[in-house]
Amino acid sequence: MTVEVRAGPAVEAVDVRRSYQLDGVTVEALRGVSMRVDPGEYVAVVGPSGSGKSTLMHLMGCLDRPTSGTLRVGGRDVATLGDAELATLRNRTIGFVFQSFQLLGRTSALDNVSLPLVYRGVRSAERRDRAAAALEAVGLGQRLGHRPSQLSGGEQQRVAIARALVGEPSLLLADEPTGNLDTASGAEVLALLGGLVEDRGVAVVVVTHDREVAERASRRVDVRDGLLV
Amino acid sequence: MRTGEAFRVALGALRANRLRSALTMLGVVIGVAAVVVLVALGSGAKQEVTDQVESLGSNIIIVVPGKFELGAAPTVSRLTLDDVGLLGRVVGDEGAVAVSVASGENVSNGRRTTFVTVNGVNENVPNVFDRPVARGDYITAADVDTRRRVAVLGSTVVRRIFGDVDPLGRQVSIAGVRFRVIGVLAHQGSAFGVDRDTEVHIPVTAAQRLFGVERIDALAVKAPRSEDVVPLQHKLVAALKDKYTGEEFSAVTQSQILGTIGRILSLLTLVLAAIAAISLLVGGVGVSNIMLVSVRERTREIGLRKALGARQRDVLLQFLIEAVLLCVVGGLIGIGLGVSGSLLVASVTPLPAVISWWSPVLAFTVSALVGIFFGVAPARRAGRLDPVEALRSE
Repeated sequence: MTVEVRAGPAVEAVDVRRSYQLDGVTVEALRGVSMRVDPGEYVAVVGPSGSGKSTLMHLMGCLDRPTSGTLRVGGRDVATLGDAELATLRNRTIGFVFQSFQLLGRTSALDNVSLPLVYRGVRSAERRDRAAAALEAVGLGQRLGHRPSQLSGGEQQRVAIARALVGEPSLLLADEPTGNLDTASGAEVLALLGGLVEDRGVAVVVVTHDREVAERASRRVDVRDGLLV
Repeated sequence: MRTGEAFRVALGALRANRLRSALTMLGVVIGVAAVVVLVALGSGAKQEVTDQVESLGSNIIIVVPGKFELGAAPTVSRLTLDDVGLLGRVVGDEGAVAVSVASGENVSNGRRTTFVTVNGVNENVPNVFDRPVARGDYITAADVDTRRRVAVLGSTVVRRIFGDVDPLGRQVSIAGVRFRVIGVLAHQGSAFGVDRDTEVHIPVTAAQRLFGVERIDALAVKAPRSEDVVPLQHKLVAALKDKYTGEEFSAVTQSQILGTIGRILSLLTLVLAAIAAISLLVGGVGVSNIMLVSVRERTREIGLRKALGARQRDVLLQFLIEAVLLCVVGGLIGIGLGVSGSLLVASVTPLPAVISWWSPVLAFTVSALVGIFFGVAPARRAGRLDPVEALRSE
């Protein structure tokens, strides 16, 4: 199964539209987006706020379903999946990195990283081993027991990256991953993401409005008013 | 997610907010403790009454004028001392019929006075009731026939007006008339905080003169065997109705008294338990309320968990387990508190308490159900949160 997923595109969108009902008014966030991201690709999605890039990321992350059009993630048509199946798909194929890290407070780095494995039903001994390995991979092998409050911003985002990687996803989605970081830590995080593409063949999609961040990607997609330009 | 994992997560969340968890639990703790204590007191009262009625002796039938109803005003009695003979012939043993005419009077020894129940009786009282004399003698048939002014005192009366002095052979004044003390009744102790040793027995004939009455209040008949009680009950009433045409008489047995009081006390226990259950309900609402707050506060966490692959039921289970844990732990503490509280009440107050096995079990079950019932709504809300919205929230 894993081999098959890696062979096809990580994400494929065909004329994807997404509209919301806000107080009876229909707002079209995406108005027909078609794109594909292959394994090992590093794509930057760039656009001003309100352009629909966040909606695009949520759709690619299976947190949301398109109103119309076809969206395939890991080879599966999102529209045909129920909530539970969608959750399983997220768990197995997608890793998230958020601007605000989204780590659980009062919880060690190790436990934060093993969280996706908890929902996969992995036994606790194996979880520990895999989470420790993931933290090792992002250079935090010495910080396993630290809590988010005991880590710097850059370190916290590296914990989040370890968490995104621990489940060996085929697609990593990063939403303004350097938005809350200083330049030096931001560069570290970006280097880490770039390395992933090369070392693991993971597809990485970074949503950003930062040019420097976008320039590191192998491909750049611009979003304006719900359309790709 | 494994259930064990959900437990671990829920426990962690409760520990993270210790004060809030404790305060939330408090409602359930109080509710369960109240149920346990009040049921224990109700059961204790019932047990006490049963013991009391049974301690009267066995196979006793009380004959009173009028219809016997608990709480009804007593009918003016037309029973007289002659009826002892009548009922004695019905039973076949005149020694099995005791009489009583009672009045509250001042009893004094010199300056020391106490107000107690003075009971005019015949010589059959120790035979019919379990009422032995501790020291001295009881009233005899000769005392009754000759209207002798002798008295048998309850132990509390002795203590009050004689102190440590031996009362036997001494004089007491009852309603201003001098009586000689011939005996002291055996100690009976108290029930519901009421001392049962504040009685004075005098010959019924002397009592009638002292109180200025001809009547007697009640007759007590001891049936020879327990299977005689019911037939005898009817024969006694029939004999009296025969003598006093057009009058009503009642003969009540111990089991009838127990039945009536038992029903009243069972109802009382039920009412008390119901009141306590309301506080348990309020505790449950508190749990629900706090869980809703908790869901709102942890919206982002829920969003994150969902993004990482938590299904609706994983999140629902986590919050439901939290609510149930609050209630179950609260319930266990409440049972501990209720049981120790009942024992404390029983030891420092005259109220008896009997802890029946079912009340803690019931309270525990109810608190677990309360947890599930009041936990479901917040847990469902948590489970249904839209991950996009949840991640965006503050």
